Amino acid sequence: MTLVAEEVRIEVPVSGAPKRGVVSRLVSRLGNGFVQLLLALVALFWLVPVFGLLIASLRDESANTASGWWTVFTKPSELTLDNYADLVANQAVWQSFLNTFYIAVPATVLVVVMASLASYALSWIEFPGRETLTVVVVGLLVMPIQVALIPVAKLFGTFGLFGTITGVVLFHVAFGLPFAIFLLRNFFTGIPRDLIEAARMDGATEWVIFKRVVLPVAKPAIASLTIFQFLWVWNDMLVALVFADQDSAPITVALRAQLRQFGTNIDLLATGAFLSMIVPLAVFLVFQKYFVQGVLAGSTK
Amino acid sequence: MTAVALRDVSLVYPGGTVAVKDVSLSVADGEFVVLLGPSGCGKSSILRMVAGLQRPTRGQVVLDGTPADDVPARSRGVSMVFQDFALYPHLTVGDNIGFPLDVSGCPRPERTERIAEVADAFGIGDLLERRPAELSGGQRQRAAMARAIVRGPRVLLMDEPLSNLDAVLRSGLRAEIVGLARSLGLTVLYVTHDQIEAQTMADRIAVLRNGVLEDEGLPDEVYRHPATMHVAAFLGSPRMSLFKAFVQVVADSHVALHVGGQVIDLPWPDMRARAVAHYDGEDIAVGARTEALRPAAPGSSGSVLTGQVRHLEHHGHETLVSVDVGAWGVEPTGLHELRTGELVLRVRPDARPVRGEHVGVHLCLEQLHFFDLANGRRIGPRGRRR
Repeated sequence: MTLVAEEVRIEVPVSGAPKRGVVSRLVSRLGNGFVQLLLALVALFWLVPVFGLLIASLRDESANTASGWWTVFTKPSELTLDNYADLVANQAVWQSFLNTFYIAVPATVLVVVMASLASYALSWIEFPGRETLTVVVVGLLVMPIQVALIPVAKLFGTFGLFGTITGVVLFHVAFGLPFAIFLLRNFFTGIPRDLIEAARMDGATEWVIFKRVVLPVAKPAIASLTIFQFLWVWNDMLVALVFADQDSAPITVALRAQLRQFGTNIDLLATGAFLSMIVPLAVFLVFQKYFVQGVLAGSTK
Repeated sequence: MTAVALRDVSLVYPGGTVAVKDVSLSVADGEFVVLLGPSGCGKSSILRMVAGLQRPTRGQVVLDGTPADDVPARSRGVSMVFQDFALYPHLTVGDNIGFPLDVSGCPRPERTERIAEVADAFGIGDLLERRPAELSGGQRQRAAMARAIVRGPRVLLMDEPLSNLDAVLRSGLRAEIVGLARSLGLTVLYVTHDQIEAQTMADRIAVLRNGVLEDEGLPDEVYRHPATMHVAAFLGSPRMSLFKAFVQVVADSHVALHVGGQVIDLPWPDMRARAVAHYDGEDIAVGARTEALRPAAPGSSGSVLTGQVRHLEHHGHETLVSVDVGAWGVEPTGLHELRTGELVLRVRPDARPVRGEHVGVHLCLEQLHFFDLANGRRIGPRGRRR
């Protein structure tokens, strides 16, 4: 709550900016209007299909085949929640929806926890070979996941992880870590050295410094990493297609399986697709409040 | 008892840069020692080694008679105040001060009490709920100091704590810090590049240059008998005038110092004359602070040099007059070799000489300083015990 309050306070000097000439004010106002118009257009382009999807998920199959979603404006009585009821009743699709959670949540939590610990060590604990290790880890960013699919599939086969949720999670964690460490290490090294050393002088162990100083200060970076990682895993299809079996498939794979050669199956697809969009949106909304500028304000100078 | 001692401490960075070279220094229990020097002289490195944030390449840091090399910073019982405050931005002032207590597992009621006590001592008792971003520079520095002493450390290290504050705040806080350190009986090692801070706060000053400890002693001693030319030039405002003089021994009567085209005589009874006489036929550096100079009639007899007024500086309560006596200046840093040596004369504000006017400057021989040009060291008996 206080963070939000801080954001508002920081913006005050901008709105109460020093008085400027009429011309420059006019230009900036017009410029502002133009930017806003552009943003509104972009938002509209994005929202129209999403809105269409929402409407499609709320109409029954016959209505969807008979006319486009925009007819809802003239015939709102067609709207129904039956599709959602059907989806929940459809054991395979509902299970895949749950599977997506079982994959995305641990894959995100593990990456955030491991990457933040690793990044702290790589930026603030001195040990031999630290620089080399950093370069190697970050260098792994160039490794495309496609290269690893077959070897890892063999490996998982040996260890009995093939076709399990654990296997999918492990793969996501392994390939999420290089970027996660890259992102967090960059942020952590930007924390003033004095802040870390002050904590060290105050008697804090490395663990306490990490938990009580670095993590709170790094909230924005950790929030963005969480959102990124969750989105990637949630929207992933390739990894799941390769490593998951029918029982562990996430919604992306399950929805694709619902595609028919003849007929659209649109009522189920639209409903499933809309549900799978809502979750990342919710995650984004939850974490975006941590994007506060000037978290470090007042620590030094 | 010696609270902090450095024994032949050197710090060499991986690139080969020598930050600190063979420094030995001891700080007695309850003593306030100021490390003084220009930026990059290694004073902060010394502080960091005492703190345990930096491991010396060679030598030993001793705390209370025990070598501290393998003691991590958090267990040394040493606190530090940083130049840029280093407050935790996500915590309130109260929680900032309470942080060292939390870490050491201090019980809740005692924590509250100690925070209030320390905050009141620094006059920030009413700011405990604020965040660092909502404080002024002076308040932040007070909060940082409160945090440093709340744990009751044996030794307090301060790294240029006042250099980010404006002049008025600075002079107020100087006295406050000294008073607090005294009343708490703290052993303080204080780093600054500000010679006024050093002179006014220190029990003892240690002057560093290029990682070497050049001089050490009571503020007054170091000021009056600087061990080297650099120390002489670094301490005191206006700066000590340093100029070249050619030494000529006039048998059995005196030593003549040729300054430009003029001569000052150093009589034999003067203890330093014998030391200066070793430089017969060579150049040495002569240093004179403004208090060794008095205006005199041009061409009058005695130790008087005549020159032209080059520059005037009006300070309100006094006027500083730069007089060019035709001598070569000496720059301790080795830069600007060809600067002309000017004597800085202090006169009453109402006595206003004109630029270009010829004036006489009387030099008080006892207060002149002589330095070896080759190594910058003081010539003659040191005049004080080490």
